Amino acid sequence: MPELKIGPEDWLAIGLTARLAAVTLVVLFVIGTPLAWWLARSRSAAASVVSALVAVPLVLPPTVLGFYLLVLLGPQGPVGRLTESIGLGTLPFTFAGLVVASTLFSLPFVVQPLQSSFAALGERMLEAAATLRAGPLDTFLHVVVPLCRPGFLSAAVLGFAHTVGEFGVVLMMGGNIPGETQVLSIAIYNRVEAFEYDHAHLLAGGLLVFSFVSLLALQWFNRGRAPAGISGADA
Amino acid sequence: MRLPVLFAILTTLSASALAADVSVAVAANFTAPMKRIAAGFEQATGHRARLSFGSTGKLYAQIRNGAPFEVLLAADAETPKKLVEAGFAVAGTRFTYAIGQLALWSADATRIDAEGAVLREGDFRRLALADPKLAPYGRAARETLDALGLAERLDGRLVTAESIGQSYQFVASGNAELGFVALSQIWRDGQFLGGSAWRVPNGLHEILRQDLVVLARGEHHQAARALTAYLRSDEAREVIRSFGYEVAN
Repeated sequence: MPELKIGPEDWLAIGLTARLAAVTLVVLFVIGTPLAWWLARSRSAAASVVSALVAVPLVLPPTVLGFYLLVLLGPQGPVGRLTESIGLGTLPFTFAGLVVASTLFSLPFVVQPLQSSFAALGERMLEAAATLRAGPLDTFLHVVVPLCRPGFLSAAVLGFAHTVGEFGVVLMMGGNIPGETQVLSIAIYNRVEAFEYDHAHLLAGGLLVFSFVSLLALQWFNRGRAPAGISGADA
Repeated sequence: MRLPVLFAILTTLSASALAADVSVAVAANFTAPMKRIAAGFEQATGHRARLSFGSTGKLYAQIRNGAPFEVLLAADAETPKKLVEAGFAVAGTRFTYAIGQLALWSADATRIDAEGAVLREGDFRRLALADPKLAPYGRAARETLDALGLAERLDGRLVTAESIGQSYQFVASGNAELGFVALSQIWRDGQFLGGSAWRVPNGLHEILRQDLVVLARGEHHQAARALTAYLRSDEAREVIRSFGYEVAN
């Protein structure tokens, strides 16, 4: 039994996981923020349909989502044929493919906290900003973002941590390729399959500590401030 | 007469100048032996094998949807055959690289006797096996129970695992007193790693042939051919046996 320590293979997987989670989080905020804003404000039937669609990954088994993405984005799938015809190639088994899959899979974890904090914001603050001649972007950056900071923070922590912990989708979509799609959770799976249980425990323990600490930090941070609302003392 | 010389030169050349990467999809149960074989392969040929592990069913779905693998080491014989028929693998490259051995295992060092009589005595609450519909070892376990005429009697006590890995975990954690696992999970270098076990004779179930095949994108890939040749070598066969598999003659 060799000395038990985190080797270059593991660092490769850890680095890849951090990169995936960071890139995914950026994409999640770019897509999720306007989406959550719309869902929080709109009363149309379309909004409830979209809201339900966003929540689907919470219910669907990851391997099922992974399988459909594999087929849909693969060379025979409609989306795969489209990406191939415009010269992008196909997404499965690539880092970009993992970003797409992780974005879909983590979307509810970003949209839902944002949506509820936007909904709690109410109209008065926005109207006040408008009477002071703040433009929409100005209002968003200087009124909405500061008031909804706990929502943004929850979304960031949950989105990031959930991407780090994802297994089923990335195993199916990514193909477990070292250095490209072999993220930490899959590295753990490989160690288990190779009967390297001590090593698997080491990596899994690290992942557990990371998840716990990030959630705990979120709790502390959010407890320290009043909930975002129109009449909050910090408004 | 010159041919062997030429061949020797070519192989040396291929080992140094033309060293290449080969992407290999490997059935999860073969993870440990394949890691060691890949290291030997790299030393012997200079080529590097990049290994991706997964269940055979997943790998099959991935290959059909464009996965960048050149060789597949499956956990069964059907999957490589199906891939050849569907045009995703190269005809004539299939062969049995390992034969899986089924074992009845307990974490308790005294529970299982050399003949597996414990199954008939029925002195246990839970017997784990992999899902016969999903895993070849599960099917072999089911066939073994049928062959022994015990399937009905034990019906209420069977716990079905999603894979042979999970079946191992059920037993290792003590949640099931007994379980059917792969010998490769509990055997290293000629002995059991712990607990007690009965090596199920191959006659009680269909033989667990694990076949490999060169995939379409590996057809003209030299390192892919080198790897399949290496898997037939004595060194590789030695490793495969030491991990509790048999090899075909």
